[in-house]
Amino acid sequence: MNDFLEHRKKRLEEFKKTVRKKEVTYKPIDIPEGLFFKCDQCGAAIYEKTLQLGHYICPFCDFHFRMNATSRVDLIVDEGSFESLYDDIRSLNPLGIQNYEEKVKIGQELSKLNEAFLCGTGKIVGIKVAIGALDSTFMMGSMGSAVGEKVSRLIEYATKHKLPLVIFSASGGARMQEGIYSLMQMAKTSAALLRHDQENLLYISVLTNPTTGGVAASFASLGDIMIAEKSSLIGFAGARVIKQTIRQDLPEGFQTDEFQLNHGQVDMIVHRSDMRKTLYQLLKLHQKDGHDND
Amino acid sequence: MTMINKSAWGIVKLARHPKRITSRTLLDHLVTDFIELKGDRLFKDDQSIIGGIAKFNAMPVTVIAQEKGKDTTDKIKHNFGMPHPEGYRKAIRLMRQAEKFNRPIITIIDTPGAYPGIEAEERGQARAIAQNLFDMMSLTVPIIVIVLSEGGSGGALAIGVGDRILMFENAIYSILSPEGFASILYKDSSKAEEAATIMKLTAKDLQSFKIIDDIILEKDGLHEDPSFGIHNLKKQLTKHLNQLLKQNKKTLLENRYQKFRNIGVYQEEGVKHE
Repeated sequence: MNDFLEHRKKRLEEFKKTVRKKEVTYKPIDIPEGLFFKCDQCGAAIYEKTLQLGHYICPFCDFHFRMNATSRVDLIVDEGSFESLYDDIRSLNPLGIQNYEEKVKIGQELSKLNEAFLCGTGKIVGIKVAIGALDSTFMMGSMGSAVGEKVSRLIEYATKHKLPLVIFSASGGARMQEGIYSLMQMAKTSAALLRHDQENLLYISVLTNPTTGGVAASFASLGDIMIAEKSSLIGFAGARVIKQTIRQDLPEGFQTDEFQLNHGQVDMIVHRSDMRKTLYQLLKLHQKDGHDND
Repeated sequence: MTMINKSAWGIVKLARHPKRITSRTLLDHLVTDFIELKGDRLFKDDQSIIGGIAKFNAMPVTVIAQEKGKDTTDKIKHNFGMPHPEGYRKAIRLMRQAEKFNRPIITIIDTPGAYPGIEAEERGQARAIAQNLFDMMSLTVPIIVIVLSEGGSGGALAIGVGDRILMFENAIYSILSPEGFASILYKDSSKAEEAATIMKLTAKDLQSFKIIDDIILEKDGLHEDPSFGIHNLKKQLTKHLNQLLKQNKKTLLENRYQKFRNIGVYQEEGVKHE
């Protein structure tokens, strides 16, 4: 009996050692900045090129990394078919907020765009669409006057040319630095959508990570078809604000793509690799006779 | 009668003054024969927004108002004027009804914002607000929006799309509360006073931005003696309603569209648009 206990004790110690050892072997490696990205979901380090080639999806756990507007449009439209519109609309600083110009400049450098919304026309497997994408690297894809103007112009362009509209949202909401002007862009973009709607034209809204605040509460929620991309945070109020208000912890999976699907707010969750195909199928089903392949 | 110069923070404090009248009192003085209509027909009745039919200058109108509540019990009943999606859905239901019976719509904004809670998110707060912005743009009857005290963010705008926007002298209307603004921009919510100044949230600011159409002067303030302000509102409301009732539906909708379409300050090809 004693032998048995002794033996068990030994084995336990060995086990502890191996476990500790294992922990030690997971010591973080010194990775040169920008070469590897750490997955938010599984923690794996992924080589930049691998990530890029795999459309910013984690090869280990399928987590979707954020994607900038240019890569997004490239992934969706037929090669060489994209023609951008309203590129030169830029922000001003109507309230004279300190450091706002600098933040815009940083956003321009990071996104390589003049503003947080890239838009134009392109073809999805031959079907011409008006397409736009918010860029979360540009001040969290926030909507100020310039973004609101570009979104509205794109919608009006689609209405005028009787084109279906596809918008990818990725935004923290209205841009604080432009105060009430930003708030009013919610009404402005929704108004433009009404006219598109009245022409019986199709609008597919794709909510990507993250879509919240004033963008979620305006044009992003008004799609005839609502798609949530996998791994997206979607909601109106920020988690921190809700926590402060209700003074309790938020449930697991709150405001995720699955949450929105379960609560009836989106039609489907689509994996990034299937996005182009899904959009094509939907567009195709909405085409009128004789409008095939433009 | 001119406006007394007050600091932005001074106005924030007046807008939130505990003795300032709430929508219900304003309605009692503004309209007659008020019949409250309840419920969104989908989930429940949200008392942070009250609505119904009434008479203004002997004309039937639909009124929609965010109500904060008077005493503690009443405030809890009205959720401090912070609507859930069902509140917005009730509001738009009543507005569509107004369109059917060709009644002008008067909305009264008084909210710190849409309620940030778990259930509100589950029931689609974002969609509810967006739907109202979209639908209000299409209604073929005149819509006059009154900002009574606090107009907080998308939660206010969701009943704020109209042909005229009138704002009380000591009201504020902004993208979020000065506290929220300070905590985001300065990472310090105690800098609300400073934030209030730079946010440009007073009636005067918004008139200079052409976001509101008229300021309703209050004289001693709605917390001291509301009669002056209410009298002024009646005058303004009558004037604007008469103007709008003369417009045909097409003009009304086109003007409403342009009113919001033109808001924004940006530059294009080096040319400033505002």
